[in-house]
Amino acid sequence: MSDSPDTNPINRRSFLKLAGATAAVGATAVEALNALVEKAAASVATEARGTPSFPTPGYDWTKHRWAFGVDSNLCAGCLACVEACKLENGVPKDPHHFRTWVERYVYLEGEQSPRVDSEANAGDIAASNARFVEPYRYDDRYADKKLEKSFFVPKLCNHCSRPPCVQVCPVGATYRTEDGVVLIDQDYCIGCRYCVQACPYGARYFNEQLGVADKCTWCYHRITKGLKPACVEVCCHGARVFGDLNDPESDISRFLRDNRVEVLKPEIGTHPNVYYVGIDKDVR
Amino acid sequence: MIGLFHVPWFDASPFNGYVYPNETILPWSGLIVVYPYITGLVAGAFIASSFYHVFGMRQFRPVARFALLTAFSFMVFVPVPLLLHLGNPERAFEAMITPHWSSAFAAFSFAASFYVIILMLEIWFAFRVDAVALGKKSRGFWKMFYGVLTLGSDDVSENALYYDHRWARGLAIIGIPSATLLHGYVGFVFGSLKSREWWSTDLQPLIFLLSAVVSGVALLIFLYIVASWLRRTPVDEACLRGLARALLWFLVLVVAIEGLEYLTMFYRSQEGITAIKELIRGPILVPFSIQWAFSLLALILLASVVVFRPNGPDLVPVALVAAVLVLIEVFAMRWNVVIGGQELSKTMRGVLSYSPPLLGRDGIATLVLILGAPFVFLSILVWVFPPWEPAPRRETKPAPGRLAPVLSVESDN
Repeated sequence: MSDSPDTNPINRRSFLKLAGATAAVGATAVEALNALVEKAAASVATEARGTPSFPTPGYDWTKHRWAFGVDSNLCAGCLACVEACKLENGVPKDPHHFRTWVERYVYLEGEQSPRVDSEANAGDIAASNARFVEPYRYDDRYADKKLEKSFFVPKLCNHCSRPPCVQVCPVGATYRTEDGVVLIDQDYCIGCRYCVQACPYGARYFNEQLGVADKCTWCYHRITKGLKPACVEVCCHGARVFGDLNDPESDISRFLRDNRVEVLKPEIGTHPNVYYVGIDKDVR
Repeated sequence: MIGLFHVPWFDASPFNGYVYPNETILPWSGLIVVYPYITGLVAGAFIASSFYHVFGMRQFRPVARFALLTAFSFMVFVPVPLLLHLGNPERAFEAMITPHWSSAFAAFSFAASFYVIILMLEIWFAFRVDAVALGKKSRGFWKMFYGVLTLGSDDVSENALYYDHRWARGLAIIGIPSATLLHGYVGFVFGSLKSREWWSTDLQPLIFLLSAVVSGVALLIFLYIVASWLRRTPVDEACLRGLARALLWFLVLVVAIEGLEYLTMFYRSQEGITAIKELIRGPILVPFSIQWAFSLLALILLASVVVFRPNGPDLVPVALVAAVLVLIEVFAMRWNVVIGGQELSKTMRGVLSYSPPLLGRDGIATLVLILGAPFVFLSILVWVFPPWEPAPRRETKPAPGRLAPVLSVESDN
């Protein structure tokens, strides 16, 4: 495993702590620092071996470049993905905490702009029959209205190449991996919620139970084992596509070759890595 | 780890329009309104103290040392709302041990600590002579207490006082950019986020800074009048008039810049202007109205002080009312920025309505306690170190080539 100090906070943190301790005892600079860098690297390697889920033993993050595709034309709004994500990742089961969610866009006849619903809408919470929604459902409040068009848009963390959430974290608890996934070290997060504010896509939430920020990891514990993210796995319509851009035959490589894609809020310079097909000008 | 600080509790806010579901729980509550408010009071009070200590504006002498104690009393409580707000406050020091420098928050603990040190040193130099005098007058515990505070330096010769003053002035000179940076930087914490239209403006640091000065001067006016009333001593008119005048000019700047900010926002009418109008008409209607109505009222009152030059009995109530209006107005402004910014959805197509809970960590009761604590602490400090100094005698002039002696053993207490 190759760990760059810039991208792996464990490495950087261990290094800084050890370096701080060294300064305290007044050890001389160069040899001591060299020794410490080696020691820190060794400690990260030990940690990695002792932690089966992250990073997966034997997984080389320099060999992958993950990306995600969403074909909105294929999404039927069944919300199985939302349910699977909540189960897989221990996301609180209320309608206000999501790693992924699905928005419903409804254009009614005679109206200028769409009605946009998510699972957090009061009507949908009621339709799901409880405050703690399970299973997740949309209500049919437009059943007696005339529709011009309607569609669903799955949303999740965009794992931006220039993530504002990583930029603002005061302790470096959130970081971008070499394979292009934005993760949070929840044992290190202080719970200031600055990253939640900084995310332009509303993809982060604060986990009150743990006192830390949380978000989609593209199921990093699964993809590093060669599995698909839970939401992709359960999507029976093929609306969600995931894969490795380094592999030209992967689902995502073909998705990007075969479609004209767009990203959300391209104007703010975050360079998202979730690519959309079939969304409308009103999707934000 | 599920412990004392991890109460799995939240209160979702109702909303209109298109809102991301995770936005329905506001990440930052009233605690983060109180934080920039207190920081602003600190910066403002400090800058007011430097009118005398650095710029030698002698009419501010009666409140100069009191302003230092005020700044310190509020600074002590700046970390409280921040620590209460953190999900894992026990990890707070990680921000200093392993700061992530690209974050606007990372430098805060360093900037704040640096400022606290400057402030404490300046207070020490400004009050050392008092500690010596009080130590001499006291017995038992208090003698030891004041003895410890002098750090063994009990030389009160003219030469020593001269150097005390030089040090205090030097530290105040460093303190002004520190206080300015500290609060301009709080504005940067908000203004630098591109995710929120309501925050993301280049003027945000300047608006925060100027409103900080305004709130600090207003606090000083309020406290000076109340303290004089409690001490049954007359308010020094020249000092109060000077503070009221400073408040007026800083308030003119704040109102002008904030007004220009809104004018630009509405004139440009970029995407989201409809939601912004809905925000102002809806969730922040009351605090927004308070902010502007109170600002304008205070402007009129303060302008009347400059134009009509009322005397003592008339000046005091006018200044007091203007100061209270400004203190409330700046709090409303902080609320409009911090809470209002989150009530405007990142989609720019929806608006949320946040209602603070009465009790709990983010509750109104907690906010009142945090805002009240510095006043209690300040009363204790003033009791231990009476900061009051007589108004300058008109005939006192600094010797040529030397600075005016700022410190005096005599006190009107």
